[in-house]
Amino acid sequence: MGRYVARRLLLTIPVMLGASILIFSVVYALPGDPIRALAGDRPVSPAVVQVLTERFHLDDPLWMQYWEYLKGLFQGDLGTDFRGRPVLDTIERTLPVTIRLTIVAVIFEIVIGLTAGVLAGIRRNSYFDNLVLVSTTVVVAIPILVLAFLAQLLFGLKLGWFPIAGTREGWYGYVLPGLVLASGSLAYVARLTRTSIAENLRADYVRTAKAKGLPPRRIIVQHTLRNSLIPVVTFIGADIGALLGGAIVTETVFNLPGIGREVFDAIRAQEGAVVVGIVTLMVFFFIFFNLVVDVLYAVLDPRIRYD
Amino acid sequence: MTQFQTDPAPSRATTGATLLEVEDLHVEFRQRSGVVSAVNGISYSLAEGETLAILGESGSGKSVSAQAIMGILDVPPAVVSGAIRFEGRDMLAMSAEDQRQVRGPGISMIFQDALSSLNPVYSVGWQIGEMFRVHQGASRKEAKRKAVELMDRVRIPAAAKRVDDYPHQFSGGMRQRVMIAMAIALDPRILIADEPTTALDVTVQAQVMDLLKDLQRETGMGLILITHDLGVVNEVADNVAVMYAGRIVERGTVDDVFTDAGHPYTEGLMNSVPQVEAKGGRLQPIVGQPPNLAAIPSGCPFHPRCARRRLGAEAAPGRECSIDVPPLRLVASGREAACHYSEEVLGVRAV
Ligand SMILES: Nc1ncnc2c1ncn2[C@@H]1O[C@H](COP(=O)(O)OP(=O)(O)OP(=O)(O)O)[C@@H](O)[C@H]1O
Ligand SMILES: [Mg+2]
Repeated sequence: MGRYVARRLLLTIPVMLGASILIFSVVYALPGDPIRALAGDRPVSPAVVQVLTERFHLDDPLWMQYWEYLKGLFQGDLGTDFRGRPVLDTIERTLPVTIRLTIVAVIFEIVIGLTAGVLAGIRRNSYFDNLVLVSTTVVVAIPILVLAFLAQLLFGLKLGWFPIAGTREGWYGYVLPGLVLASGSLAYVARLTRTSIAENLRADYVRTAKAKGLPPRRIIVQHTLRNSLIPVVTFIGADIGALLGGAIVTETVFNLPGIGREVFDAIRAQEGAVVVGIVTLMVFFFIFFNLVVDVLYAVLDPRIRYD
Repeated sequence: MTQFQTDPAPSRATTGATLLEVEDLHVEFRQRSGVVSAVNGISYSLAEGETLAILGESGSGKSVSAQAIMGILDVPPAVVSGAIRFEGRDMLAMSAEDQRQVRGPGISMIFQDALSSLNPVYSVGWQIGEMFRVHQGASRKEAKRKAVELMDRVRIPAAAKRVDDYPHQFSGGMRQRVMIAMAIALDPRILIADEPTTALDVTVQAQVMDLLKDLQRETGMGLILITHDLGVVNEVADNVAVMYAGRIVERGTVDDVFTDAGHPYTEGLMNSVPQVEAKGGRLQPIVGQPPNLAAIPSGCPFHPRCARRRLGAEAAPGRECSIDVPPLRLVASGREAACHYSEEVLGVRAV
């Protein structure tokens, strides 16, 4: 297992390099002139353009620009944006917002999604089960933008329970955006858990557990839940990797200065260094949490062995 | 053939006190598409030290009746009625909690497919030890020690080393031993073995059957053995009950039933397998299909497939095979069969 993890971690290095090259060339290929974009409508003197072009190696061929970038990277320097602010600072500023949002979203997935799924799976075809089926369908069908506005309107303005924008109120301000961001995955977790439990309840080993004279609670908790939760836990693990990539819509609607909104702005402004830095980081999160999922899988299911 | 270390002359049934009485047991499955009558009024009893074999084609209700006795059918869709008296107490009238406490120390069961019947995510030691932790409040350590003892007892080599292994790490025969260890953990009075050896190869089958018989001799438990294997029945069972379409159609000692069947269906079963005395005789499979349990034929459920059926003018009054249901009745000393013309069936095989 240790060797497997080490090998997988080593493998992330070429993958990350490849990803950054790809992102780099896409940014490079973007039409338009970043310096003009930076200046907006104001006229820029040719001298300034030249200084900036040289400073950012804008005239160099792609591979040379990438080489400069890599050299910086190995010294822990992700470069600067056109205003001279280090990309690392930007990440340090925006990433905590996205991490908090992710934590809140995952808590919702687990607390609401998992609980609803477990109860629905145990009491299939009950009133509650149907409620879960209908509500998850509705949640999945409504676009996240509409959900976000609905949540703001209902819980923010009408009921006044939660702030509707910004991060000034600390964790409290993350409740609504977290819920909205989690909604899709939450519905999926509920469905997945329900199906998985219903399936496991029919398994032969659950029949054995009954024949052993175990109390009903134990049959559910030890002999059904543990087995049923394997796919759910792995889904949530992979979802963390995806959520850490930032959520442009949620962050924009709730005015949270997170990594998703930052990269969106950076793309529009053609801030190459920012885009490459952040997107590469997103790729890393994604790969890393998928590795975590694979390890978790082996821990939860003894039949899985990596050698 | 395989060898069993059973006594040359198996004790002739009912040696000890009666452990289990099943009376007019019915099991239906209510489904949207209709009612499936899987068990239709079976009765039998089991004594200490007795081995009762239950025979019958696939779908005849053997497993369902066993699971009804264990109380592990999901109700609904299953509807169970009749009486199941374990040591005099009717299990169907007990509270769910009292019933649960009979499972394990009172009656216990092993299943056909040990791989799917064991939980893949727990070690075998944990699963065996669970019996002691739940029923006797044993500590983890104590439970594990007892699990190793049991694994020794069912002759799993290197038990102490393998106690932390998972089911998928064992061979089929060893897994079935783990199932057996779990089932006999609390020295049950009755063990129901539902096709315990079907998934195993012949040598391992014989070992597992030997093991069960040895355990029975040690503890005096009653054994209900569900199987398709007439050879096994012949060697290990005292009594046999033959099921067809959720009914018992014939019952008696193994010796009697095997030498001279009293029901055309039993006769068909005997003729359709290669082993058992009648060497040189041609194999004659029973024609036709087992009945659809959602629409069991009227009269004798076997009549559409029966070569000896009597219809119309051929039939004696009140004994027309397609109309009158033959009751299970005494047809010879110690023999019961559910056939209007059983007396004609008896004695035929002596040819
Ligand atoms: N949960 C259920 N719902 C509906 N019908 C069922 C259910 N369980 C069993 N049955 C039906 O009950 C009938 C008897 O099944 P059972 O498993 O007892 O047969 P069996 O004699 O054990 O056969 P086999 O030798 O193949 O194991 C079958 O027709 C089966 O389809
Ligand atoms: Mg069966």
